[in-house]
Amino acid sequence: MRFNRFFYLVKEGLRGVFSHGFRSFASVMIIIACLLIMGSFSLVSLNVDSAIRDLEEESEILAFVDETLTQEEARSLETYVRNTPNVRDTVFVTREEAMESYKGQYEDDSIFEDIDASVFRNRYVIYLNDITLTEMTKEDLKAIPGIADVVAYERIAEGFVTVRNVVSAVTVVLIVILLVVSLAIMANTIKLATFTRREEIAVMKMVGAGNGFIRLPFVVEGLVLGLLGGGIAFLLEWGIYDVLCQKVMEFPLAGNLFTPVAFSAIMGPMLAIYLGVGFAVGAFGGALAIRNYLKV
Amino acid sequence: MVILKDVKMTYPGTRKEVLRDIDLTIEDGEFVFLVGPSGSGKTTIIKLLTGEIRATGGQLSVNGFDLRRIRRRNLPRLRRTLGVIFQDFRLIADKTVYENVAFAMRVVGATNREIRKRVPYVLELVGLTGCEDRLPRELSGGEQQRVAVARALVNSPHMIIADEPTGNLDPAKSLEIMMLLRKINELGTTVLVVTHEKELVNALSKRVVALSDGCLISDGMDGYYGYEIQ
Repeated sequence: MRFNRFFYLVKEGLRGVFSHGFRSFASVMIIIACLLIMGSFSLVSLNVDSAIRDLEEESEILAFVDETLTQEEARSLETYVRNTPNVRDTVFVTREEAMESYKGQYEDDSIFEDIDASVFRNRYVIYLNDITLTEMTKEDLKAIPGIADVVAYERIAEGFVTVRNVVSAVTVVLIVILLVVSLAIMANTIKLATFTRREEIAVMKMVGAGNGFIRLPFVVEGLVLGLLGGGIAFLLEWGIYDVLCQKVMEFPLAGNLFTPVAFSAIMGPMLAIYLGVGFAVGAFGGALAIRNYLKV
Repeated sequence: MVILKDVKMTYPGTRKEVLRDIDLTIEDGEFVFLVGPSGSGKTTIIKLLTGEIRATGGQLSVNGFDLRRIRRRNLPRLRRTLGVIFQDFRLIADKTVYENVAFAMRVVGATNREIRKRVPYVLELVGLTGCEDRLPRELSGGEQQRVAVARALVNSPHMIIADEPTGNLDPAKSLEIMMLLRKINELGTTVLVVTHEKELVNALSKRVVALSDGCLISDGMDGYYGYEIQ
């Protein structure tokens, strides 16, 4: 396709955006609505996922050192513990520190006042990279000579993993559904727009226009509307998200329980997704909408 | 050149044969009227010639394209050898006269320079100089049909097919359009006109092909009158 012909068709597409003002406005509004719904749900899922990851990072397992080892011998195991696969970090806790921590939990209870540190064991508090591998790591730690026992809360870890997987699956399914719905609505809107132009398309066909020649202005029109809708939806989402985060954090103790993902941290990918979806929905919707009229 | 040999046509989902064993040849440079009552198959022949539908039997060739075998992607190439004029003009409402005519050139990939040179010439030929910037709704029916003629003519097609081109015009304007088509024919373009207008057909004294109930019933130079006495 020659450059001047291509340029003409792009110009025709842009003209279509402005010459059908109300239809363009309706298309942009629909894209905005669909992207806002899709984006809002994605942001909720992202925050749920982030909160679960925070909880995962805080989950720990305990490796108790054999009672017969001295404190120095117990400390010397740290290299082995640290080098165990899937161990992100570890802290050595002496018997005395364990006792103090235990007593701290029962400050008001005098029964533990005379407790002796010898009833506690030296231990390692271990944080994992991937809590789905807790069982395997537990076995690896048990295999270290000098480690007497390992206590891990696998069921809690499994619970975190299950919740995260469910949230991820639901998110993916809903996003796909919303994307298909957006595409259908967009295609229908453009179809309504093209219905009134079917005579024009028929004339184009009769003077010998190929499908590409006819399709390109509609695709350009869809693209412009899609990008415009994507851009506006992104800005709206940004504003709404920031306001909502502020409101949520105003609740008592909200800060202790939950830290929302900052919009600035996801701004780049979000903008790319919004513009990308707007681009794809617009272009594909435009091409799809005139498909039936091209069969003359 | 148009060759129809034993052409048959039955629309999908129907049993009635709307065209039966049509044999017709139109040589390059001819002016032919296609006449007949409503439902006789005139529009079906036009649709076959422009590749809108495919014949269910026989052989059909237009300007060297075998329309029984033509691939859909080659239809634009066929249509660029034709100029089609409709009863209802079918101009693009939001384009000016100039743009409507230039549009047909853009379709075939003409450059801006070619368009700037050719469009004013064709508009002058059809008597529309000075109307370039007007929209179709600002023109009379006769003027709109002239724009349609200019659009059909602008790519120098081998053949112009006019489907009831005067159906929406008064007698004076109808005669003007027919004279214009005759002028175009005299410049070497084949012209096929579908019409009901007895006076116009007889006034031009050209070849008349008559259809009735899907059959070709007369083909001669006797005018509409010749068709009626068959």
